[in-house]
Amino acid sequence: MSELGIVYGLLGAAVAVLLSGTGSAIGVGIAGQAASGVVTEDPSKFAKVLIIQLLPGTQGLYGLLIGFITLSKIGVLGGGLADLSVQTGLLILAACLPIGVVGLLSAIAQGKTAAAAIGIVAKKPDQFGKAMLFPAMVETYAILALLISFLAVSGIQV
Amino acid sequence: MAVLKMQRITICALKKNRKAILEKLQSLGVLEVNHILDEDEDFRKMDTAERKTGFEKAAAAVDQALDILEQYAPEKKSMFSALEGKKLISADEGMKVQDERRDLLRIARQIYDLDREHAEQQAAAGRLTNSIESLTPWLGLDVPLKTTETERSVFFPGVMPGGTTAGRIYEILEEKAPDTAGADVHIVSQDQSTVYLGVVCLKEDAGAVEEALRSEGFARPAQVWDETPEAEKADLEAEAAYMRKQAAETEEKIRALAKRREELQIVADYYRVRADKYEVLGELPQSERAFVISGYIPAAVADKVAEKLMSKYDCMVDVEELKEDEEPPVILKNNPFSANMEGVVESYGLPVKGEIDPTTIMSFFYVFFFGMMLSDAAYGVIVAVVCGILVWKFPRMSAGMRKSLKLFFWCGLSTIVWGVLFGGYFGNIVDIVTEKFTGTKITPPALWFIPLNEPMKLLLYSLLFGVIHLFTGLAIKGYLCIKDRKYMDFFCDVVLWFMLLIGLILMLLPSELFASIAQMEIVLPGWLNTLAKGLAVIGAAGIVLMSGRGNKNPALRLALGAYDLYNITGWLSDVLSYSRLLALGLATGVIASVINQMGSMLPNNVIGIIFFILIFIVGHSMNLAINLLGAYVHTNRLQFVEFFGKFYEGGGRPFHPFRENTKYAEIKEETLS
Repeated sequence: MSELGIVYGLLGAAVAVLLSGTGSAIGVGIAGQAASGVVTEDPSKFAKVLIIQLLPGTQGLYGLLIGFITLSKIGVLGGGLADLSVQTGLLILAACLPIGVVGLLSAIAQGKTAAAAIGIVAKKPDQFGKAMLFPAMVETYAILALLISFLAVSGIQV
Repeated sequence: MAVLKMQRITICALKKNRKAILEKLQSLGVLEVNHILDEDEDFRKMDTAERKTGFEKAAAAVDQALDILEQYAPEKKSMFSALEGKKLISADEGMKVQDERRDLLRIARQIYDLDREHAEQQAAAGRLTNSIESLTPWLGLDVPLKTTETERSVFFPGVMPGGTTAGRIYEILEEKAPDTAGADVHIVSQDQSTVYLGVVCLKEDAGAVEEALRSEGFARPAQVWDETPEAEKADLEAEAAYMRKQAAETEEKIRALAKRREELQIVADYYRVRADKYEVLGELPQSERAFVISGYIPAAVADKVAEKLMSKYDCMVDVEELKEDEEPPVILKNNPFSANMEGVVESYGLPVKGEIDPTTIMSFFYVFFFGMMLSDAAYGVIVAVVCGILVWKFPRMSAGMRKSLKLFFWCGLSTIVWGVLFGGYFGNIVDIVTEKFTGTKITPPALWFIPLNEPMKLLLYSLLFGVIHLFTGLAIKGYLCIKDRKYMDFFCDVVLWFMLLIGLILMLLPSELFASIAQMEIVLPGWLNTLAKGLAVIGAAGIVLMSGRGNKNPALRLALGAYDLYNITGWLSDVLSYSRLLALGLATGVIASVINQMGSMLPNNVIGIIFFILIFIVGHSMNLAINLLGAYVHTNRLQFVEFFGKFYEGGGRPFHPFRENTKYAEIKEETLS
């Protein structure tokens, strides 16, 4: 059954990229709808609302980061698959869960916050600095999850 | 690192100099008008609302004309037009335009009228085209639709529901008007929903025939013309073509006026400035011969302004210190490096009275953290060079924009330093390229260490930088307490917390937990261990006893103290928040490596190399953009939430001087010297 180890490992990489990427796509989508509304009224605010729209996009990048590290760890990149035991494979899968799950949910929450922040920019463009901060508060938890996933994946001996 | 000191300046002068003095003050732009005098019998305010509105309307009219010009003859703008700033014109040019202002206002009105004319002409052309369309089904008819009767017979055109055939119509007539002598029905054309037909019948039958047909959905056409459809169509087409030509000519006329655009812009600004002036004029208390103007002025220039005014006009200028309870507007003043971060502080909130300007201290941390989060030498070079060139090439860009670009320039330099320390150059591009093309992998050495290999080490350093940052914030709070002579607050809110926190850190260092994280053991001498415990206990006890000191009830006081001690979790989360320094740095590096890896998978031939370069350029531009955004947002967050949270509230009022607030062009300003 030891062939299953590598499958679990790859599943881990997939979970990290899949969930966080989905979350970011939803989050950026929510913020994008608000941003489009603002730009129809006032095209000059394009740059500002675009920046805020991008904020929920980082979770997808964090997922990509963990996915990439996992892939190179289990040897899918650059050939030569590592010989993983089932236990190690499951360890890697578990290590990938934080960024996957937190990435998914935090990106959606951040998307909603970003949509609200775009509302601030629409009414008070000079409060851009503060508007940007609210979505950034949500992101903290994705960063913490990224950190644990990263430390765990790089800590597992293969 | 300071808030500029403000003074109150009060100028009392003769009315004959009113215009000159006001214009002088407006062009200097150093005074925020703020009156403390009330109206009384001698000093009354003048009602300028009407004239002010007049100027505002004129400015709006010219602005509207400029918008119209922009539609017909868009001004050529370069990609960087946003950076170019307002045009600079000489005082002579400004004067010349001022003299022509009535003429220019007339031109603005002309542009507006021409635009309306153009819209009407286009609408007329559109209406004619519609008429032609409704005429089209009748083209087969060789008599005018309006034809009604001959000596014995009568003709009327009409429409019936689609699918009605001539045979069906004759049936209807037979059925519903059996007494008539019949009618001749001519179907002109038909489409899906409508049949177009002409009916001829005897005069005396007309009523009965039409009635019969009407019961089956017959209706007269909505529009009838005097001539035959053929001839009418030719007429309408000619007319539409004429209208279109007229519209094109009008358009040409408007375009011809575009050469006056610059003058129009200047005159719009002129009216705006006049409107501002009349607003101020309306606030001035004036007697029969004299007037008073008063407001805030930066202390550094107050005397110079006073001297200048007194030497030139008959006036009395009085500069005095502010009263205790006044909340003056705020201008920040910092060294040339830190001044670039003023925008960041401003976006959080300017210091209120009694607070210090945190810009200088913050600026060093800002650049330090920003570089650490981006941490790629090549990205740093790009950011620094691009910002440097823009600042150098566009000397007239707005002050706020210049500060932001300079801020990023410094952050770029810091990024270079961190990149070299961590060995990041476009991620791992050197490794990839050397391995792909020469076969041997060369890794540029990191001056310090490679974060990807030793993440725990960098995490600990990140938290250490965080602790330094937070302690600096707490120390500033202590400084403020001492400055305000609140020694009790200083001891309870600052010293006790320092004791508790330092004690706890010293207790943590030799523990097993720390050893397993840092992979090194720290052994502190025994007396230090005892001291640490002592500090922590005294600090904690002190906080529990003293935090609720404002409360008389001892039980409540202790409860409040215990609650304040709970803030220790706040400190923990604040410190952990600095782990983003590591996470964002890793994100930049790893995603850059992903891009490089993708490129290197391509075959090693010409096409492969071309695509490699393409992937390289597109991928790294995106990575740079998104990480630049991330570094900016999270550096701001660390300053605003963690650092400012310790000592700074903000909420001050920015300085809004009475000045020439223009939109398009600036007239060369007089300087004070």
